Amino acid sequence: MMRPMSKIVRSMGGVLYPLIAVFGGYLILHGHLTPGGGFQGGAVAASAVALVVVAYGGTLYKKGVLSTVESFGLLLFLGAGLIGMSAAFFANTLANAGGLFGDAVSFGVTDAGLNTGGTVPLMNIAVGCEVIGGLGLIILALSKAAFTREVD
Amino acid sequence: MMVPEFFQDHAPILVVILPLLGAFLTPLIGKASSRAPRYVAALFLLGSLAMVAVLADKVWSQSPIPVVYTLGAHSGSGINPVFRIQLVVDGLGVLMAIIMGIVSTAAVLYSWSFIDKYSGQDKYYTLLQLTAVGAYGMVLTGDIFNLFVFFEISSIALCGLVAFRTERGESFEAAFKYMLYSTISGVFLLFAIGIFYGEYGVLNMGVISEAMSSAGGASVLDKIALGLLVTVFSLKAGSVPMHMATPDAYSEAPGGISAIFVAASQTGLYALFRTSFTIYGHYNPNTGAFNLDTYTLGWIVVILGVLSMFIGVTMALVQKDIKRLMAYHAISQTGYMLLGVGVGIAVLSDPAKMTAFGVDAMRGGIFHIINHALYKGLLFLTAGAVFYRLQTRNLNEMHGLGHTMRFTTVFFMIGALAIAGMPPMNGFSSKLLIYESVYQFNPIIAVIAMLVSVLTLASFVKVFYSAFLGPKPENPPEDAPTSMLIGMTILVAVIIVFSLFPGLVVERLIDPAVRALLFPWLAGGV
Repeated sequence: MMRPMSKIVRSMGGVLYPLIAVFGGYLILHGHLTPGGGFQGGAVAASAVALVVVAYGGTLYKKGVLSTVESFGLLLFLGAGLIGMSAAFFANTLANAGGLFGDAVSFGVTDAGLNTGGTVPLMNIAVGCEVIGGLGLIILALSKAAFTREVD
Repeated sequence: MMVPEFFQDHAPILVVILPLLGAFLTPLIGKASSRAPRYVAALFLLGSLAMVAVLADKVWSQSPIPVVYTLGAHSGSGINPVFRIQLVVDGLGVLMAIIMGIVSTAAVLYSWSFIDKYSGQDKYYTLLQLTAVGAYGMVLTGDIFNLFVFFEISSIALCGLVAFRTERGESFEAAFKYMLYSTISGVFLLFAIGIFYGEYGVLNMGVISEAMSSAGGASVLDKIALGLLVTVFSLKAGSVPMHMATPDAYSEAPGGISAIFVAASQTGLYALFRTSFTIYGHYNPNTGAFNLDTYTLGWIVVILGVLSMFIGVTMALVQKDIKRLMAYHAISQTGYMLLGVGVGIAVLSDPAKMTAFGVDAMRGGIFHIINHALYKGLLFLTAGAVFYRLQTRNLNEMHGLGHTMRFTTVFFMIGALAIAGMPPMNGFSSKLLIYESVYQFNPIIAVIAMLVSVLTLASFVKVFYSAFLGPKPENPPEDAPTSMLIGMTILVAVIIVFSLFPGLVVERLIDPAVRALLFPWLAGGV
């Protein structure tokens, strides 16, 4: 496993980490309202993982946690599809139905409401989890490969 | 038996998503217990097989009109094939799904013992279920872009499975080779789909064929796309000029995977026939014209078939590695299917020839697909059992296995007789249909097909003699473990049923598939 970098890098990493993670979360949650979405937000949040891996060495993240996040994302995505099974797979039965992400959207130019969109935000969250988990695992694997010294 | 309406309505999508759900649950459950993944995989693949049965009942009752399932829409309203993703299931699709269902169930039970000593079982079962998802998706979808996505899913999952035995360097080599070929073919496929989308702005195969028809037939661009599609799908099926990765991948994959690999490769044949008939062989009843004169295309497929048959079997004759030998036979048998259905493609626009021998050739070719998946799957499983006990695949290092591995020997014999086309096995029925009809198309090709069959028998006699007969070895190996025997028994049972009632099978299983390919052209003629 790679060694931590200098104190300057570690401190700046610590400052930037929450900002990047929050921005990633914002992109995921607002995916149905603004540009961005699950994949983009997940990639941003995974870059926070990459920053920590580079600054502190790869010991802070556990593979098991990331792979659980990934599996959870995949299952949530399938679950979002299964919710609509009363009509058809992937049917958006949550939209405009009240409840979770179910506020009705009035026609025309309106203020964006976060609690709208039905299964679309759920799928964004699922894709976000999947991308954070998957990219995080790739980064961990690459860091391990890049910093393992070959023994002659 | 009454099936709840929910399953009746949603059977097409449940076939695909049940193994997908299982694949995603497996790694989570694998964290709790290392033995749990095997049960999860078996449960979900069996569930999927049950859904295939429900779906088959529905498809056959309304054949040749396909069952259409629209994703994300309430049935009745808002179903527009231009915008929606649809699953379109007809006789051929459901036949391929049945093949995958039977073989994947046998393979997963077989794997219980086979990979018992390996670590990373959760990954193995995840990838196994994803392979099934890819194959099911490819044969059930009506959307050509989805076909590409499922094509990639099954290629990537198979690539991971080929490399599963990480203690062997050869596995990585085979997996890398397979990945290279399947990725390049995936790019070609995407390019062909891009051509369709650029020209017609739709991705639904039925809508593409109608758009092509109303534009006055296939344009030059469509013919380029056809060239790409034929290349890609015959590579996936392992036909000869594009067969370089298949022998390595088949022989390096773990035992159960080689069986499922055969069924997954045959989805390439399905896609080839689907595009040839549904898109390019589309008949416009108003103008009386086809999208493309398929005579040349048919001959190309026939030539690919003859090359695969002959080169595959001659390469198999010289092999010493039992699984590599079987892999070359898989290539050779693929040739029969291409030959049978290729004759059908060539005479598509000639109703007289079509009814005289074209329909029978297609029956033979499609019947051979399911027969081959069963007996080649069985043979790979027996070879895996031999490898499991002896840790070698070299025929020179094995002899006298028949003394102690009794069930495996009997199963091998059944598989070998079936592949050689000995009466009364199921391989004989499909090969006879092909010989008789191809003889009327071109006698020389029929003679080559018979010669290949004789060479196949010779090569399996060699394997049987050198591995199973002979003096008892000093340390006679035990027979395969129970779960492996159960997996093989499933395939043997289906082979025996098919051998005893070939007429019934052709009528119930194969005819709906042929009718679906020729629908609406010649719908009543079959």
